[in-house]
Amino acid sequence: MNYHWNWGIYFQTVQAGEETYLDWLISGLGWTLAVALTAWLIALAMGAVMGTLRTLPGRAPLAIGNAWVEVFRNVPLLVQLFLWFFVVPELLPRDLALWVKQDMPAKEFVTAAICLGLFTSARIAEQVRAGIQSLPRGQRMAALALGFTLPQAYRYVILPMAFRIIIPPLTSEFMNIFKNSSVAFAIGVLELTFQARQMQEDSEQGIETYLAVTVLYFLCAFLANRGMAFIERRTRVPGFIAAGK
Amino acid sequence: MLAGFDWSVIPASLPFLGQGLLYSLQLTVVAMTGGVIFGTLLALARLSGGPVLAGAAAVYVNTMRSIPLLMVILWFFLIIPLLTGKPMGAERSAMITFTAFEAAYYSEIMRAGIQSVSRGQVNAGYALGMTYAQTMMHIVLPQAVRNMLPVLLTQTIVLFQDTSLVYAIGAKDLLKAAEITGRNYNRPVEMYLFVAVIYFAICFSLSLLVRRLNRKIAIVR
Amino acid sequence: MKMSSMLGVALAGWLVAQVAAAEELSGTLKKVKDSGTLVMGIRESSFPLSYLDQNQKPVGYHIDICMKILDAVKGKLGLPALKVETQPVTSQNRIPLVTNGTVDLECGSTTNNTARQNQVAFAPTTYVTAVRMAVKKASGITSLTQLDGKPVATTTGTTSVQLMRANEKGKNINFKEVYGKDHADSFLMLETDRAVAFVMDDNLLLGLIASSKAPGDYAIVGETLSVEPIAIMFRKDDPQFKGLVHATVAGMGKSGELEKLYSKWFMSPIPPKGVNLAFPMGDALKAALQNPNDQPAEAYNSK
Repeated sequence: MNYHWNWGIYFQTVQAGEETYLDWLISGLGWTLAVALTAWLIALAMGAVMGTLRTLPGRAPLAIGNAWVEVFRNVPLLVQLFLWFFVVPELLPRDLALWVKQDMPAKEFVTAAICLGLFTSARIAEQVRAGIQSLPRGQRMAALALGFTLPQAYRYVILPMAFRIIIPPLTSEFMNIFKNSSVAFAIGVLELTFQARQMQEDSEQGIETYLAVTVLYFLCAFLANRGMAFIERRTRVPGFIAAGK
Repeated sequence: MLAGFDWSVIPASLPFLGQGLLYSLQLTVVAMTGGVIFGTLLALARLSGGPVLAGAAAVYVNTMRSIPLLMVILWFFLIIPLLTGKPMGAERSAMITFTAFEAAYYSEIMRAGIQSVSRGQVNAGYALGMTYAQTMMHIVLPQAVRNMLPVLLTQTIVLFQDTSLVYAIGAKDLLKAAEITGRNYNRPVEMYLFVAVIYFAICFSLSLLVRRLNRKIAIVR
Repeated sequence: MKMSSMLGVALAGWLVAQVAAAEELSGTLKKVKDSGTLVMGIRESSFPLSYLDQNQKPVGYHIDICMKILDAVKGKLGLPALKVETQPVTSQNRIPLVTNGTVDLECGSTTNNTARQNQVAFAPTTYVTAVRMAVKKASGITSLTQLDGKPVATTTGTTSVQLMRANEKGKNINFKEVYGKDHADSFLMLETDRAVAFVMDDNLLLGLIASSKAPGDYAIVGETLSVEPIAIMFRKDDPQFKGLVHATVAGMGKSGELEKLYSKWFMSPIPPKGVNLAFPMGDALKAALQNPNDQPAEAYNSK
């Protein structure tokens, strides 16, 4: 093996520019965080809506919720990303399509965040549904008996409890969203994986490059895990769900 | 808008898509078989190995589960040959990568499966004079696999979807075949849509199968 | 006694043969002989040097040259049945794949420059390209300076990325760079109006336009950003393989074979659509074929 190690590579400047490779990695990390966190907000919101729909009385909400989950869960993320990037704009009216393709600020980022958010929302919807259905029926009845309307019962009683129950599976989904954000390189988002490929090509130091990027992804997943554990502790309802130790 | 589409590319591209799909399925089957075997060994190491073995298995599993699959694919394809001096083509590299990666996920499922078999059965096996290996092979693992079958299959559906990531190293899977034909015929939009439908049809029917299986197993238990 | 001395002689003979064989072959040739396969790196859309035809088979000017090199390797190794595997590469992973041993001979469209010569070796220059830009005729764009604030496509991992950055600084213009994974991808950006221009090697632009849905809609315009020698690439520090490659390619240049191949790919109808690029050979390439060399791009642009 004749590999030339160079651990100082991170602090050297790139071939055509004044920034260092470390600057590339930091900006890559920034985009990764931006894509993952934006997508997470979208996923939570749409996941709550779709999960709720699947527990409502009546056939139509159930059908909508089910269709949502099946569509977003059964097509690979990368294929969905290409659909959003290459196909969806072609279906828009011409002027809007042109704006989306040329002038929409940070268009690759927006596309990736929406795509990843909706992809993850299907998984969260599934968990929200399971969470709601695992609540004792008495809670819903009590809320309605107290004079809450159905939306109020969901808003103040059912969803807050359901989200607490599903924190463990949500945690792994939150970790996944950082990992899954790596596919965004395929449409040109300048995130960590994109920077890894660019830095390897530019610096000739493949091992150092991929080690650094892997460690950064690892840190993201680890911090996501710790963050959710913190939220789990803070939102615990005394006397409910394995509350005390 | 759909009026501007030209669907005639689809029949023309079917042979290439078929080849791509075949590779995707091959990769899925190889990674599933290898992943379940290696994953079971990892699970056994964590449950009944010594502290060193259990620790090593835990580190392996948790590391793999914290890194994007795409990173692991690039590691195996670009970096590991630098260290070992033994390169391999994209197709073979992907098979090894997916087996190593999926083993971490299958191992967590198998661990839960093994733990779902009651302790008494293990003791009963020992009482009958069986060795550890015999107890595992004949008593614990068959039940663990049975209990976990729906979860194992769901993970396999995820695995099948993940195979699309090999496009990043130029292996010719279903997605890559669609991309190339879309390019050749100047019809990328139609091809991306069509390939999405194929993935959906396969994954959705498999997930219906898992649901039926789930109901059956629930009754038996 | 006799038996053991015979064994000894045999053993010594075997050792000598082994040593001789080790001296004979090294580097890539040894690897190819041992594995019985040579891995060729190919491109999917580097027109007309290396791309996939309608049957998804790699074809092109550089593929033809590589086939000649392959024949030379077969002759040298005495292995007429040598197997060839192809590995699709992109602008971004081609150098890592050559250095890590996955690809033995990269038959794509790689610019030979000094930075890359630190990592890999090049065959004598077989094409000289000018980096320019393709636009839609309707846009009325004719110069780089009109691109300020506009989305401009290029392919990740190419010298064009660096050229664009250098131009932004030099001319004080600011592009919105859009990156395609491969040339066809970047062209798709232009075709679908995600970018108003695509900066790349002229031959690639020409080929992409020719194979597009509406070739008449596009034009190659503007100043030449750089003139670059394009060559076949292989691992460096491998004098034996380099000798073989250089002798083969130089021989093809001298015998007029390269000129014939050039007119086959640049002056006649080519797959997949049977379009003729009608792109006569430039003076720089004529000179390079007369005087086979592997000088880097820097030698072409230092005036």
